[in-house]
Amino acid sequence: MKLCRTTVVFFALVALLAACERRSGSSQASTTGDVLVGMYGSLTGDGASFGQSSVEGAQLAVEEINNAGGVLGGRKIRLLVEDDQSRPEEASNAVTKLITQDRVVAVLGEVASRRTLAAAPVSQKYQVPMITPASTNERVTQVGDYVFRVCFIDPFQGEVLAKFAYNDLKARRVAVLKDIQQDYSVGLTDSIQKTFTTLGGQVLDPVSYSSGDADFRAILTQVRAQKPDAIFATGYYPEAAIIVRQARELGMMMPILGGDGWVGDALKNGREALKNTFISNHYSGENPDPVVQNFRKAYRARFNREPDSIAALGYDAAKVLADSITRAGTTDGPKVRDAIASADVAGVTGRLRMNASRDVVKPAVIEELQFADGDVKYVYKTTINPN
Amino acid sequence: MSLARKLAVIVATLTALVVLNYVFEYGFGDFQINPYYARIINLIGINITLAVSLNLINGLAGQFSIGHAGFMAVGGYTATYLTVYHGRQIAAMFGSTPAEPLGGSIVMIPSLLAGAAAAALAGLLVGIPSLRLKGDYLAIVTLGFSEIIRVIILNIPAVGGATGFTDAIPITNTFWIFAMAVLTIVITRNIAHSTFGRALFAIRSDEIAAEAMGINTTRYKVMAFVISAALAGIAGGLSGQLFANPLNPQNLNFVKSIEVIVMIVLGGIGSITGAVLGASILTILPEALRGFDQQFPGLRMVIYALLLILLMIFRPQGLLGRREFSWAWLRPVKRRAVLG
Amino acid sequence: MDTFLQQFINGLSLGAIYALIALGYTMVYGVLRLINFAHGDVYMLGAFAGYYLANAMNMDANPSVLGAVVVTTGAMAICAIVGIVIERFAYRPVRHHSRLTSLITAIGVSLLLEYGGQVVFGATPRFFPQMIRSQVYSVGGIQITNQSLMIIVVAVILMFGLEFIVHRTKMGKAMRAVSFNLPVARLMGINTDLVIAFTFALGSALAAVAGVLVALSIPRIDPLMGLMTGLKAFVAAVLGGIGNIPGAMLGGMLIGLMETWISATAYSTYRDAMAFAVLILILLFRPAGILGTSVTEKV
Repeated sequence: MKLCRTTVVFFALVALLAACERRSGSSQASTTGDVLVGMYGSLTGDGASFGQSSVEGAQLAVEEINNAGGVLGGRKIRLLVEDDQSRPEEASNAVTKLITQDRVVAVLGEVASRRTLAAAPVSQKYQVPMITPASTNERVTQVGDYVFRVCFIDPFQGEVLAKFAYNDLKARRVAVLKDIQQDYSVGLTDSIQKTFTTLGGQVLDPVSYSSGDADFRAILTQVRAQKPDAIFATGYYPEAAIIVRQARELGMMMPILGGDGWVGDALKNGREALKNTFISNHYSGENPDPVVQNFRKAYRARFNREPDSIAALGYDAAKVLADSITRAGTTDGPKVRDAIASADVAGVTGRLRMNASRDVVKPAVIEELQFADGDVKYVYKTTINPN
Repeated sequence: MSLARKLAVIVATLTALVVLNYVFEYGFGDFQINPYYARIINLIGINITLAVSLNLINGLAGQFSIGHAGFMAVGGYTATYLTVYHGRQIAAMFGSTPAEPLGGSIVMIPSLLAGAAAAALAGLLVGIPSLRLKGDYLAIVTLGFSEIIRVIILNIPAVGGATGFTDAIPITNTFWIFAMAVLTIVITRNIAHSTFGRALFAIRSDEIAAEAMGINTTRYKVMAFVISAALAGIAGGLSGQLFANPLNPQNLNFVKSIEVIVMIVLGGIGSITGAVLGASILTILPEALRGFDQQFPGLRMVIYALLLILLMIFRPQGLLGRREFSWAWLRPVKRRAVLG
Repeated sequence: MDTFLQQFINGLSLGAIYALIALGYTMVYGVLRLINFAHGDVYMLGAFAGYYLANAMNMDANPSVLGAVVVTTGAMAICAIVGIVIERFAYRPVRHHSRLTSLITAIGVSLLLEYGGQVVFGATPRFFPQMIRSQVYSVGGIQITNQSLMIIVVAVILMFGLEFIVHRTKMGKAMRAVSFNLPVARLMGINTDLVIAFTFALGSALAAVAGVLVALSIPRIDPLMGLMTGLKAFVAAVLGGIGNIPGAMLGGMLIGLMETWISATAYSTYRDAMAFAVLILILLFRPAGILGTSVTEKV
């Protein structure tokens, strides 16, 4: 009967494919040859620009480490990069492949928290350490003790911004523009709201937009009617630049604040509108610290453009990993994991030490932005330490 | 087929699936299924359900729907919501928890039922107004509904919003995936061979003539739509509760719907085996092209698009056209006697 | 009242963009009964073509109206050629197949342009140089930029231009004939292939103008920018009556105004969904669109 046959044929296919089986694998640790490190990122799709930045940063770090002699007695690090097309399920596929097929000793990635949250359980399951350069959602490191990050978490950055607005700018009534498609922005908004209200200020109902939007005049007009003292734009730099410009065009001259997501080459398109805007940051390109300046120079030479904060974080994640492998003296998963947990590295984005929740503990700076000589100038304002 | 025989087939199938599932999870002896391949096979199973269910509407009934991702979303989120917020209670009734294999499977039943029901309802709501439209307009309207659903989900924090439904408990396993795939194939097959199916074929061939012949085209179209949506909802429920595979509204969008369409177009619109084939090939292809992608990033998707265009130009009927796979293909061709 | 007027102006300027793109959709659909999914991506190509031209002419340092005109014309020419190429190599081979096949082909072309754009241009959004320095005019409590004004004015001019071509020229007559009945038009001696190519070229050129104008006022461009905008412009074309040129204009304005109005309420994230909701309602209650004529299908 046709039904049976279809089913049988179908199972035959499955069985054939399933015949691709192997003996139960050994651990990931290897003792000779290149040290394989996996990286997954959104090289295509709507997250492509951030994915590319994070990969470039990591690649730069790996090249520098290899040129300086590699790790574990001269072994070079080989970075295997997989694209996840900006999709969470592909992120999991990529990490599964990297770990079970390519047998990487550790994984770097991803930028968007939603993709890291999808793939981190895989890393945890196989006990392969994962360091995310830029996922700020609290829950990422809660997945398990093999998951680390080298960036702020949303609650901290939100606190920093809210405090600055309240204490330094004396704002009492603020509006928030959030990017509903980016969990970074949603998380940051929540945290700003909480802190600002606790301090005694008033936060107007957040107004939402989507990544990729280019026209904010409608929502800005509504915000204008509510007469806030200051505005928070908690999304990323492509939209931030336009928001700032269109706000000024509408006659809104109050301070506009944002997070580290504002840092990107394209921010300069905000032009003169950038006057009276502030951001919280870990990476400040203007920081005279040689670590930062050397990174900038090297990145510009290699990739022909100014690094953004995502690239800096990718760089730092790779550096922390390499440092940890060296200190562990082996590529064995659990030992590398322990080494990362006790890391203390001078990164481009600040001093990188992990706390008990495997998040880095580092201060944030507030910078005031200005537009001069055709580019953005970040003027240091103040530092806010984690408490 | 007699009732006894039918029951025997069902029991045999289920047993086979349980064995399959065991092998996938635990391996046997010194062997294990490579986890990466296992994951891909699981994804193939889910895509088969998606493709065959879409084939019911696009293939058998000849309507053009590009909103399948929307039904997958509705069903998936409902199913996952049930498990996350009520799963523990349900499993506890049987003395288990969702984390255990048995408890997980027990919870899966109401979860998938809920998902199917919600998606069916969505199918009804979308189908009744839209199925008065034809061709291109129907396509755009289904697209529109799918986008509206997506935007609504994006704004619901209880199911994760932009972060995705990461609270999901991974109760999906190979047994359920392929049990549902087989179910979908069986349902579609039975419909195709019934009066219902004939009505759909008539509608596909010439809707006005069918209406003139007394077939209530709207009713049949809506029914097909609802069934198709329910099955897509089941696929969504399976997908969202697969390990490390949370539902995310950004990715249950237009592009996802198009991918399912490409699967059935590749296999041949109207052919069930074609849909299975298309789903399998197109799940494996992106993974297989990963190496290529390393050399030329982004080119993978460009090739995908080119493939689609070339397929339409040179072989729009896909691999199997409207035919189904038949054992007759494997028999050697007899020489025909040539007369006179 | 201030806010209302401001939003009204915002809406008009957004609507003008949709109108320009909708014009292209409506013309191609009128002639070929094909929803050219790739049209939104031609708009994107127009913006990018303008970007490269403007940079080549170093417009950021020397803004000028003349330069802007040159850039726009260049973008129009490039997109016209792209439109013709797409039609010739992707759509003509499938013209005699089913509508479904054509639609899928159109989707394929759209994806090709988007992903291809990501490979060729890179996925990072670029910023268009300011070809004309932005100026804000304050009238009462309302702010309007010179770019927004330009968009509205240019869109209206182009619409009149298009109406002229379609109703007062021989080619326009041929276009209308082909849209009535292609085989018979061919029998009447009209070179249908040429007419179709011309239609595509014209529609694509209009999309290019939209791309450059938009890039001027909202300077961010990226390879995926055409997707959503294109779909909404299609909705606008259907709203106004597909195949009807003033309809496309009207539809575009209405969609722009509605979208702005929704953004102004608390439901701003449902903005995109709203366009589709409008589409669904229109197709249910008045499928021919506002200015369209109902055509009964003959069996």
